[in-house]
Amino acid sequence: MTIAEEESDTSRPTGDIMLSVSGLNASYGAVTVLRGLSLEVPRGEVVVVLGANGAGKTTTLRAICNMVTCSGEVILDGANIARSNTADIVNRGVAHVPQGRGTFPELSVKDNLLVGAYTRTDNEVNDDIDRWFTKYPVLGERSNQAAGSLSGGEQQMLAVSRALMSRPKVLLLDEPSLGLAPIIIEDLFNTFKQINEEEGTTMLVVEQNANLALDIATKGYVLEAGEIVLEGVASDLQNDPAVQEAYLGA
Amino acid sequence: MNTTLLLQRIFDGIATGAIYAAVAVALVLIFKATTLINFAQGEMAMFGAFITYAFAVQSDNGFLNIFLGPANENIGDISFRRIWVSAVLAMIGSGIIAIVVERMLIRPFDPDDHLPVVLITLGLFLVINAVAGEIWNFEPRAMPALFPDGRLDVAGARLFYDTIGIILVLALMLGGLFVILGKTKMGLAFRAVSSNVESARLVGVRTGRVLGFGWFLASAIGTLGAVLVAPRLSLQPIMMGLVLIYALAAASIGGLDSLGGAALGGLIIGLTNSVAVQYLANVEAFKFVQAAPLILSIIAMLATLWFRPSGLFGTKRVERV
Repeated sequence: MTIAEEESDTSRPTGDIMLSVSGLNASYGAVTVLRGLSLEVPRGEVVVVLGANGAGKTTTLRAICNMVTCSGEVILDGANIARSNTADIVNRGVAHVPQGRGTFPELSVKDNLLVGAYTRTDNEVNDDIDRWFTKYPVLGERSNQAAGSLSGGEQQMLAVSRALMSRPKVLLLDEPSLGLAPIIIEDLFNTFKQINEEEGTTMLVVEQNANLALDIATKGYVLEAGEIVLEGVASDLQNDPAVQEAYLGA
Repeated sequence: MNTTLLLQRIFDGIATGAIYAAVAVALVLIFKATTLINFAQGEMAMFGAFITYAFAVQSDNGFLNIFLGPANENIGDISFRRIWVSAVLAMIGSGIIAIVVERMLIRPFDPDDHLPVVLITLGLFLVINAVAGEIWNFEPRAMPALFPDGRLDVAGARLFYDTIGIILVLALMLGGLFVILGKTKMGLAFRAVSSNVESARLVGVRTGRVLGFGWFLASAIGTLGAVLVAPRLSLQPIMMGLVLIYALAAASIGGLDSLGGAALGGLIIGLTNSVAVQYLANVEAFKFVQAAPLILSIIAMLATLWFRPSGLFGTKRVERV
């Protein structure tokens, strides 16, 4: 981690910003998806990025993890991680729950959690697994069952638990509500709020489901065609007529 | 029915089946890592058997002999220690060759576009075969024995030490493989990559290293299979051609992504060849089987895939959204 320390010395003081992205451009081949996107996630808070399909939400998260061709600055806890190897970025404390859960369907529930701790070298991994099993008994009951046999909501819980197994500084959640029943989505967001409050985990959530996401967030951004068109305190966004019309169905 | 003959055929079938199983397991390992069939698997294994031969028979180097034991010009007098240490060195050597092949010839290509990669493995097949022929020529050679000469009599059937040895060694290999994949961190990473590459990357797995690890294991196991089969088939560049076809059938029967399935598929093919060919060839309508024993394996494979397209133990992918 010496590189991280050197970089943190030379970069500007970050105050309480855990993750800061500036001037992020990303493209798939000739198609530009992000145009100079900037956003900040304060330490210990939940920030939400709202946007329609194709606005660039998923690409934003993929760019932070360097899984797409991109340029710009990505500062994690004072260290520039832009264009680092994905494995190094994970190692430095970014956990990413991709769209569609991204569990390992053939692996057992327990192995999913174990592999989530892949970057860790301490000996508390099993304690953490037990903690998640206690917290979400359904995972504990099915610890030896293949993850692919869980329901969509259970898989999402598994995906989040797995991501937290790396004890990340920031958790990236890519449309966690996708394809889940409304009642399960509500549970899920309550869980996110609980994790945020109890563990102090910083979260960056991209969502189409604006209402629930803004409920648990302190701050929100609205993404359109690869650019931030609106940002503000979450409660203000909830009351913003333009946001209401576009994302809250009012 | 003559039980002695049947028992004899079963012993033979299990031993050859175990060898098909080894190559099938190697194919499945690479399929799980890279989702491609490595058509060069048999030739890589053949090359490994030649490396074993080069160490055990063709070298008489003071330094190497410290590890290998004394060299001997008479193939029949080469010690078991020398042949086995040579085999282990060849397994490691062919594993390293496989890592280089994966890194330089496979990884640069888009893994989702299968055709170019399959063509590359077919090209490798030809290249390795030609290189082996260039170095060692195409004449069949005697391979030193790996097990003591001798046999047990079981109800009149001959059970050679060689047969018992092959089965034991391959059972141990399979057991070891399950321990490596099931209990080690690298094994966990391998299973994660084969289940979902992108998520594996997102938990911090260096997927390139895992692919190299998979190719190393596959090549080492293939080499072990070829070393075991070489004394029966004679060591020569074409020795693995048919074995590869049987191993492909075995892997398809077991399910291309199931290691246990591949091992069982190998035994099914071995027994089919040995038992069914013996008995069917006496039936007038199946006389053709004697001329083309391969056809039974192909029929067994097609019959399995007709009812279970992903093989006996293969995963049918169901995505829940």
